[in-house]
Amino acid sequence: MSDSPLISARDLSVHFKLRGGPFSKNQFLKAVEGITVDIPKGSFFGLVGESGSGKTTLGRAFLKAVPISRGEVHYADGEVEYDLQAMSKPELAEYRKRAQLIFQDPYAALSPRMTVRDIIAEPLEVMKLTSSREETDERVREIAAKCRLNLEHLRRFPHAFSGGQRQRISIARALVSSPRFIVADESVAALDVSIQADILNLLKSLQDELGLTFLFISHDLSVVAHTCDHVAVMYLGRLVETAPTRDLFDAPRHPYTKALLSAIPSLDPDHVSKAQKLEGEIPSPTNPPPGCKFHTRCPFATEICKTTEPKLEHSGHEHDVACHHWQEID
Amino acid sequence: MTDKLIDVENLTLQFKTDEGLVTAVDDVSFHVAPGEVLGLVGESGSGKSVTAKSLMKLNPGNAVYGDDSKITLHADGNAVNIFDLKSDEEMKLIRGGAISLIFQEPMASFAPAITIGDQMVEQLVLHKNISEKEAKDISIEMLERVGISDAPTRFGQFSFELSGGMRQRAMIAMALSTRPKLLIADEPTTALDVTIQAQVIELMKDLVKEFGMGIIFITHDLGVIAQTADRVAVMYLGKLVEQGPVRDVIRDPVHPYTQGLLNALPKLEDLNAPLTPVPGDIPSPLERPNGCVFHTRCDRAEPRCSEAVPQQMQYVENHVGACFVTAEQRGAT
Repeated sequence: MSDSPLISARDLSVHFKLRGGPFSKNQFLKAVEGITVDIPKGSFFGLVGESGSGKTTLGRAFLKAVPISRGEVHYADGEVEYDLQAMSKPELAEYRKRAQLIFQDPYAALSPRMTVRDIIAEPLEVMKLTSSREETDERVREIAAKCRLNLEHLRRFPHAFSGGQRQRISIARALVSSPRFIVADESVAALDVSIQADILNLLKSLQDELGLTFLFISHDLSVVAHTCDHVAVMYLGRLVETAPTRDLFDAPRHPYTKALLSAIPSLDPDHVSKAQKLEGEIPSPTNPPPGCKFHTRCPFATEICKTTEPKLEHSGHEHDVACHHWQEID
Repeated sequence: MTDKLIDVENLTLQFKTDEGLVTAVDDVSFHVAPGEVLGLVGESGSGKSVTAKSLMKLNPGNAVYGDDSKITLHADGNAVNIFDLKSDEEMKLIRGGAISLIFQEPMASFAPAITIGDQMVEQLVLHKNISEKEAKDISIEMLERVGISDAPTRFGQFSFELSGGMRQRAMIAMALSTRPKLLIADEPTTALDVTIQAQVIELMKDLVKEFGMGIIFITHDLGVIAQTADRVAVMYLGKLVEQGPVRDVIRDPVHPYTQGLLNALPKLEDLNAPLTPVPGDIPSPLERPNGCVFHTRCDRAEPRCSEAVPQQMQYVENHVGACFVTAEQRGAT
């Protein structure tokens, strides 16, 4: 993709301070560490990793919803350009309109005491995007129709809706301020399979129609494979591999990506997985291992992996990997 | 098949609620043989969990079982109808004794203020009539068996000191320490990461081989089913719509709902395949459709589907389904 990036992060780190006891010094939880990544404009960018890998924190850093400890994030959509670290208040207010979040759990994300119309209209009122009630209603109806919500549903309360319908309401609320950038954090994880496909198709068609850029955070690799054009894989706060979706799934280079792909249960009952199964679990981010963060579980680890952290390097067209041995194990 | 471990016949279960009687399970029959893994698949609200809980009579007080419902447990040469067991004392032989249950959320299944070890010992002493010392030895041995390193230390720890995967292993160790005849695993890997899920699935397969118990594996993930189950039963809105050997059901599903589920699933083998959602939403259990429960979302529904309830028909040997349309096309009997 030759487009200029919508979001570009350079050496981005997010650290959380943990309160130490009276005799221990303060510790830092390095949720995101030294991430450099470009999200192309108009892409459906997947971010995968196990729980505790820092994918949600990275998504929030892009939205300026967590403080950035080090590094830079730039946003440029052709109309405005922001350095997320140095934004004025009016700029931040403008950025909030342009960058929105869709949550995981549609049951928890919607207030049970507001009608669907009020839920979708709230961002318009808070951000003062419309000047009259008629204008607000007009905009709510327009976006509800785009998200395939029935207009007579607007007067009802969320409890009357199923999971799939609620997720469509959440999407409508995220889109009502006409954003350019959407972070979808596990947005289909809580849905049943038969509904999940419907929401994925809706997100894709909205992306085409409105020219949106998505950061799609998910732990489900088969969902990512089907919806995203780019994928980045995270492990313990680090980016270990990033590539166009096809390349990543056809020829994964990092041992962690390989293990992750081979761990997906195949639909073929006679399929015998040849790949290496991972032993152990992801280490605690408060006490990460030295060197390559993955060496404690990696079947190919050698001495250098225990001491030196590998840098993300080019391994092919738009295909970057952070591993000392990717060429040998390929 | 003569060799049955548990035989569920015509199970019907309703719940008394303020809105009236809600049907959760409707005339469901299946069985599990010793050493066999039966996968029970369905979306949320399909009644798979309450079906499994019926086997241990663990449903809440407002549950009403149908008159001709029968659940027979064959153990040690005896056949017991679970609905004949009235007192909690009698049920103790079943709950945690002959049948063990593993829940989805391992964090919520352990008491937070009692050590893992004490919880394992407590249930062993209760069921096995052995001393605490023996129970401790068995427990530590089981913890080692499920791959927990440094088991004696873990034995004395609390559940919050264990990681998610380890907690689920401890849960499995606890459920298996009484050597149950039947293990019910209710979404045991859903809350786990894929790499940990692969470990737990591997472990459960090994243990089935070793102990020869029957397993009812409840999940919504057809991939997990394909890798673990021998036979599959698919549920929709309290009805069993299809049942058969895992290869037959996944490669050649007969019910439109099973076909729809498989089409909606993103497949890694073919990234170009479009995702086809099953149209519409699952109806509320309060508004169960007449006739075939799936006809409101079925693209092949005919007028008769909303009028009469399709019966289970045999398509090929051991592969049954409940659909008028495909039964006719394929000449099911």
